[in-house]
Amino acid sequence: MDLIRRFLLLAALLAALPALAQEKFIVVASTTSTEQSGLFGYLLPIFQKKTGIHVRVVALGTGQALDLARRGDADVVFVHARSAEDKFLAEGHGVRRFDVMYNDFVLVGPRADPAKVSGGGDILDALKKIKAAGAPFVSRGDKSGTHIAELDLWKLAGIDIAAEKGPWYRDTGQGMGPALNTAAAMNAYILADRGTWISFKNRGELAIVVEGDKRLFNQYGVMLVNPAKHSSVKKDLGQAFVDWIISSEGQKTIAEYKIGGEQLFFPNAK
Amino acid sequence: MSEALSAALALLIGLDSKLVEIVLLSLRVSLSAVAIAALVGLPLGAAIAVGRFPGRQTVIVLLNALMGLPPVVVGLLVYLLLSRAGPLGALGILFTPSAMVVAQAILILPIIAALSRQAIEDAWREYEEQLCSLGAGRVNAALTLLWDTRFSLLTTILAGFGRAAAEVGAVMIVGGNIDGVTRVMTTTIALETSKGDLPLALGLGMILIAIVIAVNAAAYLTKELAQRRYG
Amino acid sequence: MSKASILPLRLAEVSFAAGGRTIIDRVSLEIETGLSTIILGANGAGKSVLMRLMHGLLEPSSGRIDWNAPERPGVPRKQAMVFQRPVMLRRSAYGNVAYALKIAGIPEPRRAALVREALESVGLSHLARRSARVLSGGEQQRLALARAWALHPEVLFLDEPTASLDPSATREIESVIKAFDAAGTKVVMATHNLGQARRLGDEILFLDQGRVVERSPVEDFFSKPQSAQAAAFIKGQLPWI
Repeated sequence: MDLIRRFLLLAALLAALPALAQEKFIVVASTTSTEQSGLFGYLLPIFQKKTGIHVRVVALGTGQALDLARRGDADVVFVHARSAEDKFLAEGHGVRRFDVMYNDFVLVGPRADPAKVSGGGDILDALKKIKAAGAPFVSRGDKSGTHIAELDLWKLAGIDIAAEKGPWYRDTGQGMGPALNTAAAMNAYILADRGTWISFKNRGELAIVVEGDKRLFNQYGVMLVNPAKHSSVKKDLGQAFVDWIISSEGQKTIAEYKIGGEQLFFPNAK
Repeated sequence: MSEALSAALALLIGLDSKLVEIVLLSLRVSLSAVAIAALVGLPLGAAIAVGRFPGRQTVIVLLNALMGLPPVVVGLLVYLLLSRAGPLGALGILFTPSAMVVAQAILILPIIAALSRQAIEDAWREYEEQLCSLGAGRVNAALTLLWDTRFSLLTTILAGFGRAAAEVGAVMIVGGNIDGVTRVMTTTIALETSKGDLPLALGLGMILIAIVIAVNAAAYLTKELAQRRYG
Repeated sequence: MSKASILPLRLAEVSFAAGGRTIIDRVSLEIETGLSTIILGANGAGKSVLMRLMHGLLEPSSGRIDWNAPERPGVPRKQAMVFQRPVMLRRSAYGNVAYALKIAGIPEPRRAALVREALESVGLSHLARRSARVLSGGEQQRLALARAWALHPEVLFLDEPTASLDPSATREIESVIKAFDAAGTKVVMATHNLGQARRLGDEILFLDQGRVVERSPVEDFFSKPQSAQAAAFIKGQLPWI
């Protein structure tokens, strides 16, 4: 009985299968918001059909995505935290940054609205009220674009959140989706990007409580990772992606992506 | 729960080509990892079981402890190894199924080595005098024991497979959960959970469990039949 | 096979201690070719340990054990041992015998005939394809003897080979042992069955508390034991022959 031998043979055969047919591809380090909102699922097949280039998206927080590129593990970064992106460029890891699109952040909270912030159009005022009421607030806490934006907003509201946070402030260290799951379970307030929120299904008692404040503006940028610094970067393929996404065709495609008739991202490449 | 069940059923009935692709990739990655870990781990376990060398006890304790290796740690280590900036970056296999195979193989190597060491050492206690009497050297003895404990070792390999198929931490980091390239069952479940589509995530989870059960049942039956015949 | 006999086997002042207890105590003796030697003694007298020392499964704590032709690694052994509980490999009866031949370095083409002859000699030919582990205790012990037979050893050690068997299986084993003797193999067997000692032995080596107390031809041993310990042992064992 060569049971084990047969088993090993089968496994070896599976392992020996060519690791996917050779194909033209690039790795794009991006954010969970672009991936989980379904934008890439819509965008990339169109790009691939046109250019034959497969785009492999690794979706992480903005901070992690940039770190990945810093090690040379991505060809393109597509993220949304201007200050972190500028630092990345200044370090010489990126070639040039282009605006691609924007959407906005929304403050999501329980319908019961214990901090009485619903309907107000001022995000800073809302944050102050949440802190004053000690209402539960879930933070991404993962150096993502949304997290960085949230920290900037606390600062603008005159609150030193690192020093003043109490038990009501829950630092989860999770991606947007898991953080929303946590907020839904706790009936907490949370800052979310609109794209992820629209496509998020497990909302429970949560709803948008503050939106439309221009300080909630969320800009996405794209950069080719610097081939001079990281020799493995696929310069031409990566550049083709950057060029396409800021081209009128790419921009039009972004504008076309909708969930339930609602546009998620607004192209604004110059 | 019923929502999850109907999601699972819908997935199965629809036999969505995307789902099939994900399931096949899961199997391919985990079975490859098991094959590599078994090729290294079984001889290693046999060598430690039969061998007498200084530090043997320490090796056994270490091996047993490493069975609890957190997948995330393995993922991180393999990521640092395979990253372009890492020592094996030139291979360019980060974010490919190969990287996932490497990570899972490392994750389950201690399991297969430690459990096979135990099984073979138990058999060695029974066989030692007879094999020495026949004049079998240690290498021969180890090979004989590997063959004679094959039914126990199958269980060991299954334990490794179960762990590999179920883990998400390592493959998420080194595979990147890239749609159509490195997305496997567990990372899909994690992704759907992230999106808040809990019924779909749970439905996928049920399919994963069903596959693991099917593999185990098949192996168990084979083992039972063979054992009845071979004693 | 080389002509130089591995016998005689010489033990000089051999002691063996384990766990702070002396099990074999300064034994000196010589095992010559020819006569069947039965090692007798009460439980715990050291019979099994003495045979394992001779067979090389244990290293003496002190003293020397020398074969006339020393064993060398890589050269097939000219001695075999059958244990009280046979260890069957998880393969067929045929496979178990073939395995021993393989370890002894017999090339594959020659094995089949030797295996068939060995199985024939113990009357197990009809079970050749059966898995060894599902055989009865008596059949397993005969298979262990066949495994030894195939090797054509010069010396065969047997450690209470029938202690866990019923009388009919015991008779079958004894007839195989006689066949070994008739074929010229030197038999060294430990037993505490006096009837078996009489039936199979030419000389008795009597052990008491790790020491060789007496060594004499079988008839002499039973009719006029020279030591008080042997006399007491014979008397104590008689009712259970």
